[in-house]
Amino acid sequence: MLGVEDLSISFGGLTALDGLGFRVAEREIFALIGPNGAGKSTVFNVVTGLYRPSAGRVRFRGADLLGLAPHQIARRGVARTFQNTEVFRTLTALDNVLIGGHAHLRGGLLRAALGARLVRREEAAARRRARALLERLGLADVAGVEAGGLPLGLQKRLEVARALAAEPALLLLDEPASGLNPTETQTLMALIRRLRDEDGLTILVVEHDMELVMGISDRVAVLNYGRKIAEGKPGAIATDPAVIEAYLGSADG
Amino acid sequence: MRRALWLAGGLALLLWPWAAPPYFVFLASLIVVNAIVAIGLNLLSGYTNQLSFGHAGFLAVGAYVAALLTIHAPALPVVAALLLAGLATALVGLALGIPCLRLEGLYLAMATLAFGFVVVEAILNLDWITRGNDGLRVPVARLGGLALASDTAKYYLVVAAGALLVWAAANIVRTRTGRALLAIRESEIAAQASGVHVAAYKTLAFVVSAFYTGVAGGLFAFIVGYLSPDAFDVFLSVDFVAMIVVGGLGSIPGSIVGAAVITVLYDTLAAFQNYRPLIFGVILIACMLFMPGGIASRVRFPVLKGDNA
Repeated sequence: MLGVEDLSISFGGLTALDGLGFRVAEREIFALIGPNGAGKSTVFNVVTGLYRPSAGRVRFRGADLLGLAPHQIARRGVARTFQNTEVFRTLTALDNVLIGGHAHLRGGLLRAALGARLVRREEAAARRRARALLERLGLADVAGVEAGGLPLGLQKRLEVARALAAEPALLLLDEPASGLNPTETQTLMALIRRLRDEDGLTILVVEHDMELVMGISDRVAVLNYGRKIAEGKPGAIATDPAVIEAYLGSADG
Repeated sequence: MRRALWLAGGLALLLWPWAAPPYFVFLASLIVVNAIVAIGLNLLSGYTNQLSFGHAGFLAVGAYVAALLTIHAPALPVVAALLLAGLATALVGLALGIPCLRLEGLYLAMATLAFGFVVVEAILNLDWITRGNDGLRVPVARLGGLALASDTAKYYLVVAAGALLVWAAANIVRTRTGRALLAIRESEIAAQASGVHVAAYKTLAFVVSAFYTGVAGGLFAFIVGYLSPDAFDVFLSVDFVAMIVVGGLGSIPGSIVGAAVITVLYDTLAAFQNYRPLIFGVILIACMLFMPGGIASRVRFPVLKGDNA
């Protein structure tokens, strides 16, 4: 479903990604892990069109994503959350989720201005869907609260709700468990599994929390200095010598 | 409760010319005109975070287009003249908005400021059509067989146009387009990731803002009856910014209240012409320091709120 091939990008001489490639299958939960600065978030930013790589290809459902603007990629069914949350801070949680559904509404400026029936209908339907999503993520009580005032854990969940409102096929989660306590992480893991099992989503997750990575991933790719040093099932990754070295440093180093 | 307030407000607006002396009828018309500009400016600056110090330029374009249309085509109904003034100004807004996509903050403010100067210069230099510094006498607006010559008739024209534009703006801001503008203000990255075409909506904000200001310009031409370039100087642009800062950035009712406060204040301070920039400057600074959300943040407006509570 998602194919990343030979991706390279550098920032001012610093190589962030170096010939990186991996494939994510339909309805797979795929994790990218690695030490800080390994290039994990850079992969997200390339896939979602924020960065343009110097070499490589990104294919999504057979189409090339490189060269598309971020909003076009979003409209093709790729949604994401952000490492440092990017909620619309002064807007309510409900409005945040409504914006997530932006691409699915038809009403343009003129029809909206004139209060057209089509716009009123689809707005009402969008609000129902948004409320249902908030309900599903346990945010129903804070629907009318400004997003910037919510605790971090709720902001993270709100970002997931906003991403889901876009009805994506591929969901990119950038460190969804950071800042969450163990109970919240458990809830999050259950949610991610349900998104795959019940909603049929494909999920690419960047995460440091090994409990989450090992607990939900079908496959894991390990990055170090912009290169893939290992890929495989979580159990095999955990015992891979190259991975252990990357995380702990080599014994004779 | 809501309905009663609407009814009372509507009645007060309709009966105002019968209760107030003519000058206050004119002043009320001016408030409505300024409120339309403030709403337009707020859609651009308050909702989309693109600061403009050039809205006097848009107002001038709308005013001159409406005036010249009425001079050269006297049979043209006022509704068509206003619509064409709005559309012509919207085109100018499009032409300004596209190059401004690359600019932010202070640089955008400077570019729009320069636009304001360019418009005044253009009016001066196109004197074969605008009569330059001699000024332009605006003919009486006509609606079918009706000549809208009295202050009262002009007032009703302005109030009708204003009501329509306020209603349309309220519809825009609480639906998809308005949310997209707010999303851009809050986080362009997250807006893009949600499928919002940021460049298109930033340009759209310029176009809509210019349309509102252009229609207001046309109304301004008709209620004042005489146009000259010095009426559209940079201080007027600053006054418009003051209206939305005092009233509340990102608020339609705030725009209206801000326009009323600044217009009345302006009128009250007419005797202290030279101190006006000073007084307005102090008000702006005080407002930003002590009431950054404007009046709208301190008052719960019972009407025109989105249904997102």
